[in-house]
Amino acid sequence: MLKDELGPYFGEFGGRFVPESLIAALDELDAAYNEAKNDPEFAAELAELHASYTGRPSIITEIPRFAEHAGGARIILKREDLNHTGSHKINNVLGQALLARRLGKTRLIAETGAGQHGVATATAAALFGMSCVVYMGEVDTERQALNVARMRLLGAEVIPVTAGSRTLKDAINEGLRDWVANVDDSHYLMGTVAGPHPFPVMVRDFHRVIGDEAREQVLKLTGALPDAVVACVGGGSNAMGIFHAFLDDADVALYGYEAAGEGHLTERHAATLTRGRPGVLHGARSYMLQDAEGQTIESHSISAGLDYPGVGPEHSWLKDIGRANYEPITDAEAMEALRLLSRTEGIIPAIESAHALAGAIKLGKELGPDSVILVNLSGRGDKDMETAAEYFDLIDSAEKAAAADKKASDKKAADEQNAPGEKA
Amino acid sequence: MSAVEEAIAQANRDRAGALIGYLPVGFPTVAESIEAAVALAENGVDVIELGLPYSDPVMDGPAIQKATQLALSNGFRLQDGFDAVAEITSRVSTPVVLMSYWNPIMQYGVDRFADELKAAGGAGIITPDLVSDEATEWIAASERTGLDRIFLAAPSSSDERLVRAVEASTGFVYAVSTMGITGARSDVDIAAKTLVARLRQAGSTSACVGLGISTAEQVREVLTYADGAIVGSVFVSALSSGGVDAVAKTAASLSTGTLA
Repeated sequence: MLKDELGPYFGEFGGRFVPESLIAALDELDAAYNEAKNDPEFAAELAELHASYTGRPSIITEIPRFAEHAGGARIILKREDLNHTGSHKINNVLGQALLARRLGKTRLIAETGAGQHGVATATAAALFGMSCVVYMGEVDTERQALNVARMRLLGAEVIPVTAGSRTLKDAINEGLRDWVANVDDSHYLMGTVAGPHPFPVMVRDFHRVIGDEAREQVLKLTGALPDAVVACVGGGSNAMGIFHAFLDDADVALYGYEAAGEGHLTERHAATLTRGRPGVLHGARSYMLQDAEGQTIESHSISAGLDYPGVGPEHSWLKDIGRANYEPITDAEAMEALRLLSRTEGIIPAIESAHALAGAIKLGKELGPDSVILVNLSGRGDKDMETAAEYFDLIDSAEKAAAADKKASDKKAADEQNAPGEKA
Repeated sequence: MSAVEEAIAQANRDRAGALIGYLPVGFPTVAESIEAAVALAENGVDVIELGLPYSDPVMDGPAIQKATQLALSNGFRLQDGFDAVAEITSRVSTPVVLMSYWNPIMQYGVDRFADELKAAGGAGIITPDLVSDEATEWIAASERTGLDRIFLAAPSSSDERLVRAVEASTGFVYAVSTMGITGARSDVDIAAKTLVARLRQAGSTSACVGLGISTAEQVREVLTYADGAIVGSVFVSALSSGGVDAVAKTAASLSTGTLA
């Protein structure tokens, strides 16, 4: 059974390519996770948090008006955007935070791209009374300013990372460095199915609830399994979460949509599985974007959450064994799908999730009106309003000037808030 | 006994122990990094550790990150690393080991990399993000070529893992002095002393301590219990601010710490 893979390797992918200093912490985490996994109390505690805090189970929504633009296929959304904090990220964060508490850790370290994982981690830290530091590429702190403010409001310290490409990849490097130095009291709460073992398998397991619920919900609604399950793929956590329940359903096709930025044949994309080749990045062997000498190539995407030159090892494996298909979606295609869902269904998706929607439009035309496509709507678009407003030119010039003034004064206020000595 | 192990043993016979000096290739230029490495050898450094710049150096602190990023943006290529090893070893007899993150070696081809390094006169490789558990291919290549494979040992490593690190390593074991990344620190962690004692129990006869060492006094202190002291960031800072002369001066000063 494909569902039974437990790592550390998925085929030739995965493993632990990290400094020796981290091995003990990874072993400790692995042991704690395996113990918790078989502990009914842990499962009950997590389920209770999901029921009373996350808002699980998340609903499914059929979207016929959108589907008219997708060859008339039946399209059903799994609404992870309705979770507390606005995306699927909270599933994994609550699981890992519970584990961290079991291990006696009092400080959470996280990396974030779009800010969704950082917000979710800051939320869990507030809930559990832990301290929290979030590393975020400087480029991302600018394009996701609203999420930076949310994390700070929740009591987290947000550290803009100025090294390298100043995006998610460099935020992970900085998170790992912090963990190496503070492993005694800190847990590195990795936000995706990448990184050294046990992160890929553990993060996947905490997101399995997405596919487990959706499989039952679609069966109940349509009387059958869907023909295809689709999700966007950056690191790949929401995709693994929804794919997992269907891995051994041979008749269900799995599609992951990567960010092709300005086009996967240009130099500005994040289409790791389409254009990359196997290598080692952030502790695991997997597909990655790299030059001939193994230096990581910087990725590009309008979506901060998909702007990553690596991908989780289980996806690399599913690609190589032919179980899942991975296709590129450009910035323009994703933004068009974002606007279409907003206007036809009154649901504004995250730009990340809009890549999956754009993929569903193409796939629906291919599979035809008799097909049923389940789409993981992994997050909501509130955080992306500034990007969308600029992209679609939604703000009139007078309002634009006012918004610019406001942005400047917000930045000033944020800088003041961050001034040394004023931190609590 | 390998050239590296012999150099460390010799330093322990003649003095309090060995000084191992790190510099990255290509910073500020390939030519200057070669001159600076030669200057290390001429001023009391027993083993040269040449770092290969890499895009995602998770074990390195700000000083070394900044230097290696500059080398990369100046167009560093792996061939520059082999050329640097060849030129340095043609000018001084001090053994030269490379420090490289794993992906560049893996992409180049582990066997091909080992052959090129051997042909250039290199003595071995320190692999900061490759633990011996994942190193089957590299261990085979090092057996075949006689290159030293230097693995890391950390204060957090279990006794079982320390035994594994000692058994897997040749030349020396790189004992990480503190739970952290590269960079000068005001005092070297007490953890280093405990770790070296544990490495001795695990059978190590060649244990060198790195991370955070920046003064002759720290070198002296480390050599009271370890076979070698590894110094990096302070040389990078010296090269950055005062060029090759400053590196020579710093090495001469730090090597006074090796005098018994």
